[in-house]
Amino acid sequence: MADPLIAVHDVQKIYKTGDVEVHALGGVSLEIVPGEFVAIMGASGSGKSTLMNILGCLDRPTLGTYMLAGRHVAKMNRDELAETRNEVLGFVFQNFNLLARTSALENVELPLIYRGVRAKERHRRAGAALARVGLGQRLDHTPAQLSGGQQQRVAIARALVGEPKVILADEPTGNLDSRTSTEVMGLFQELGSAGITVVLVTHEPDIAEYASRVVVVKDGLIREDTRQTPRVAAPPPKAGES
Amino acid sequence: MNPLVTLRIALRAVLRNKMRSFLTTLGIIIGVAAVIAMMAIGAGAKAQVEAAFSAMGTNLLIILPGSTTSGGSFGGFGSMPTLTWDDMAAIKDEVGTVHLVAPSLRSTQSLVSEEMNWTTSVTGTTPEYFQIRNWPMAQGAGFSQQDVDSGTKVVVLGQTVVDRLYGTSANPVGQSVRIGNTPFTIVGVADKKGQSPTGQDYDDASFIPSTTFAHRIQGGLGKFLIGQIYVQATSSETTQRALADIKTLLRDRHHLPPGADDDFSIRNLAEIAGAQQQGTETMTTLLASVAAVSLIVGGIGIMNIMLVSVTERTREIGVRMAIGAKPMSILLQFLIEALVLSIAGGLIGVSLGVGVAWWLAAKFRWPMAIQVDVIVISVGFSALVGIVFGLYPARKASQLDPIDALRYE
Repeated sequence: MADPLIAVHDVQKIYKTGDVEVHALGGVSLEIVPGEFVAIMGASGSGKSTLMNILGCLDRPTLGTYMLAGRHVAKMNRDELAETRNEVLGFVFQNFNLLARTSALENVELPLIYRGVRAKERHRRAGAALARVGLGQRLDHTPAQLSGGQQQRVAIARALVGEPKVILADEPTGNLDSRTSTEVMGLFQELGSAGITVVLVTHEPDIAEYASRVVVVKDGLIREDTRQTPRVAAPPPKAGES
Repeated sequence: MNPLVTLRIALRAVLRNKMRSFLTTLGIIIGVAAVIAMMAIGAGAKAQVEAAFSAMGTNLLIILPGSTTSGGSFGGFGSMPTLTWDDMAAIKDEVGTVHLVAPSLRSTQSLVSEEMNWTTSVTGTTPEYFQIRNWPMAQGAGFSQQDVDSGTKVVVLGQTVVDRLYGTSANPVGQSVRIGNTPFTIVGVADKKGQSPTGQDYDDASFIPSTTFAHRIQGGLGKFLIGQIYVQATSSETTQRALADIKTLLRDRHHLPPGADDDFSIRNLAEIAGAQQQGTETMTTLLASVAAVSLIVGGIGIMNIMLVSVTERTREIGVRMAIGAKPMSILLQFLIEALVLSIAGGLIGVSLGVGVAWWLAAKFRWPMAIQVDVIVISVGFSALVGIVFGLYPARKASQLDPIDALRYE
């Protein structure tokens, strides 16, 4: 087995509200190797979002160690966390979180702007990323002019454009109907086969079926960690088809 | 992150809410416009005072004869002749800081042309007088030292007198005019000079050689000079020294013991002009400070709207942070947005202020005096206002927790 890309060891997250300590995570250990497609499942309040935030370098663990691509996340300052998010990670959110009144191309370019990539190179790479998710013809559309599925594909293109090692998706199909959900999952499977690690948080078992590994979180602890043969999603639409 | 890209993001954010951005900058616009207009008006008023005083003469000292004292009542300066023609000669010869001297003997007389008459002041003087007062001839050559030496009956008229006696576009040089009963030949018309700082018409005057004045108008008083002595110092720096030197000289010549009052008085016009200018300057500063306060109020308006903007765009900030924006990038984005607002306000304010100043100058016939440094300073100050009042909201945005920001509804 390859060296783990993500290595979480006995991670705890404790929130203090007044005198009460809440153990959102009570000692989680998890290793994910490159190219894996992991679904993290759990009910709301199970701690799966906290785990996701820590994996996404948006939050630091209270105790325990988190190694991402060979680096200690707990020791990073805010700037280093931002750099890591920009270069190693790509985010996909439930509600897409695209910038309103901003074209698809510019939305996708955003991570490259913060990396300091020159304009010409940015346009080229953002265009390529949009073509990869099948939206090569809609570069100048604003989110309001796109359907939910298309918006999520723009968001995936934005996560992809920086050539990340890991894509973190937080309930990416939560706002989509089942047909577009399948399309999006197919896209994730394709990324997985291209060597990108995908970590997906969901509470829907049929969405988790598309992953090659399912981790179930309950009460801040991992209760199940199983590998499975993923269900094959319908092939994603070709570029320009939608 | 490329500053140009940041600028573009900021510009887009500003243009997205055009009305709101405009209203936000209005405070700065009004503040800057008020500062520019006030400073221009102040500078205009100052230039006007300066022009009025320099019309009286440059580096000018006026020496007045002393006062009489009879039975305990003081007659005021000029009521007794204490200055002599020899005093004047001594000032000219012995005080090194003195450039020119001229007597000014005045009387009010009726001037009669062939068709009209006009009562005006008649001043007996020498050609130096016109040099001291920077007063060239518009027509003719004026009179010469020879005319003074031989007491010729020649006269130089002011423009107002010419207008009254001969009509506005007439050239009366060579014609004869009677002063009292004596006919004088007109040898020059003095250039139009305008009004004195106190509103007196400089051009309502006529000038004849001082000797002619003493013989024909005043009746000779011999050695005494019945009038004033105009003195021009060599430069504006030496005016004060010339004043002190003349004072010492005259006290010595008049044999005044130490402790006794002067029997003459010396007026320094530069000092009077300075005082007047200081007055206008104080007024200008006062008005400009009031205007500057409105700039600060404008800054508070920017801060307010930037705080609203940060709250509104909390999610956007969260997204930007999640995809790799460093706190400094977020800070710069909002700071530059505030700067764009304030500098735009500053520039619009400058054009408005220049417009208002121009309009006021035209309306009240003030000299227009837009100073480039004032424009640069007010735009710079509005930029400073943008930075000062934009920093807090921008810092607040950059310190947001990305998780909370992403979750913000």
